[in-house]
Amino acid sequence: MSSGPIRLDNNYLLMNTQASIIPTDQDEIERINAHSEHRVTNLIHGKKMEQLKSARDKPRETVGEPFVEYPRMTCRDVDVYYGDKQAIRNVSVDIAGNEVISMIGPSGCGKSTFIRCLNRMNDTIEGCRVTGEIILDGMDIYDKQVDVVPLRAQVGMVFQKPNPFPKSIYDNVAYGPKIHGLSRSRLELEEIVESSLKRAGLWEEVKDQLNQPGTSLSGGQQQRLCIARAIAVGPEVILMDEPCSALDPIATGRIEDLIHELKRQFSIVIVTHSMQQAARVSQRTAYFHLGNLIEVGQTDQVFTSPRHKLTQDYITGRIG
Amino acid sequence: MTKHFDRELEKLKKKILSLGALVEERVYLAIKAIESRDSDLAKKIIHSDHEIDETEVEVEEECLKILALYQPVAIDLRFIVAVIKINNDLERIGDQAVNIAERIQSIAKYPKISFHFDYTEMAEIAAAMLKQSLDALINLDIDMAFRILTLDDEVDDIQGNAYSQIKQAMREHPEEMTYLINLYLISRHLERVADHATNIAEEVIYLIEGEIVRHGKYL
Repeated sequence: MSSGPIRLDNNYLLMNTQASIIPTDQDEIERINAHSEHRVTNLIHGKKMEQLKSARDKPRETVGEPFVEYPRMTCRDVDVYYGDKQAIRNVSVDIAGNEVISMIGPSGCGKSTFIRCLNRMNDTIEGCRVTGEIILDGMDIYDKQVDVVPLRAQVGMVFQKPNPFPKSIYDNVAYGPKIHGLSRSRLELEEIVESSLKRAGLWEEVKDQLNQPGTSLSGGQQQRLCIARAIAVGPEVILMDEPCSALDPIATGRIEDLIHELKRQFSIVIVTHSMQQAARVSQRTAYFHLGNLIEVGQTDQVFTSPRHKLTQDYITGRIG
Repeated sequence: MTKHFDRELEKLKKKILSLGALVEERVYLAIKAIESRDSDLAKKIIHSDHEIDETEVEVEEECLKILALYQPVAIDLRFIVAVIKINNDLERIGDQAVNIAERIQSIAKYPKISFHFDYTEMAEIAAAMLKQSLDALINLDIDMAFRILTLDDEVDDIQGNAYSQIKQAMREHPEEMTYLINLYLISRHLERVADHATNIAEEVIYLIEGEIVRHGKYL
């Protein structure tokens, strides 16, 4: 495609442009658009380059729709530091009830760090500091009085690699309800285990081998066991950190079907490196870049007409 | 993978542009045939349509291949979708050039009668719309694409004129009915060329903006 005098925000349309020379800060782009093409060239290559660099270090405004009408979780001005290094910059976003929201972005962009804030998993990392507000059911989860044990039942987590306890299938699921005192009798506990395994789509496959070790299952089954374990304690939100990256396409398909089912009852926040997976399972997509939340939007809109150039560059494979 | 993918996109771009050039040439020849009532030229247009048809199939196959192998998103996806639709429009414009050529073959059999409708202006606008729609695609020029949408009304007006004048001529020369019907149909074909050029412009707008502006949504 030949280059021509095109507005800068259309620059991404020129397939051959080098992404690195294009300013990515929205205000800067708007300002530049007011000037001539000649000036743009000077501005990019000349002294202003440094200003552009410093603009890159500031937190960015998130474009799109980070907020919803009836949020289950609200995050405001969240910053996360690992020692001196800032990993998350001023992120504000809502997690709606009964939605799947996917977090995408290049490695090291902060998406995993961010979802680990949502159930205070970062507390276990030394030197990690979280500021800002993360509210679940009207309660700031970083409030000193909050006990993280029930919090992590309310906001469950499924990890990249299936990590069943070295216990039987039954005990893997029963452990949570037991320690949280969710059942008064053995019968009640059995009911919780059965319904959790059913909701995780695993019951039919394991009902005759509940005493077998969880680790004897296949990878996909183990991951569904971990999901059953998370839902057994009655969470409101389930965080999934690349839950399918260790699974084959068939096991992935089953987990994705399960995510669709679980959405009816829970909010799901999923971190994924697979753009197709984000497109398939989520209603909203959030794009992170260098610790900034760049864009949040309806998934179909993000994958057809992203608003931000960085989102566009990432999902089309032109940066990463 | 990106380099590979960009190469595929580049290839597709070249292909759709060469189809555009081919179609543009046929439309110019058809217009020349209208002016000159040259049935040999008309025959040439009819017999070379297969080139357009073959290129159209090739472009479509390229698009399907890219969709299947790369699952493009965002601007890349919009580009492929736009190309699939523009490809179809270009092929249809090629068909309209053939239709015009067939009308010319019929008309050329008749000695010139007193009535004649001058299609020069209509043909010029339709051809300009086609050219500009392709330019808008090459340069991703959204302003030009929007301008094309307004030109379509002018073509429609001229077609309206042709309709009333030829209807009148039919009343006055009922013995020339076949000639006059063919003469009128030329306006219909030119109007379709303009419509397809409008479609291309709309696709270019979709490609750039991600907004669908069909069915008068831009008004």
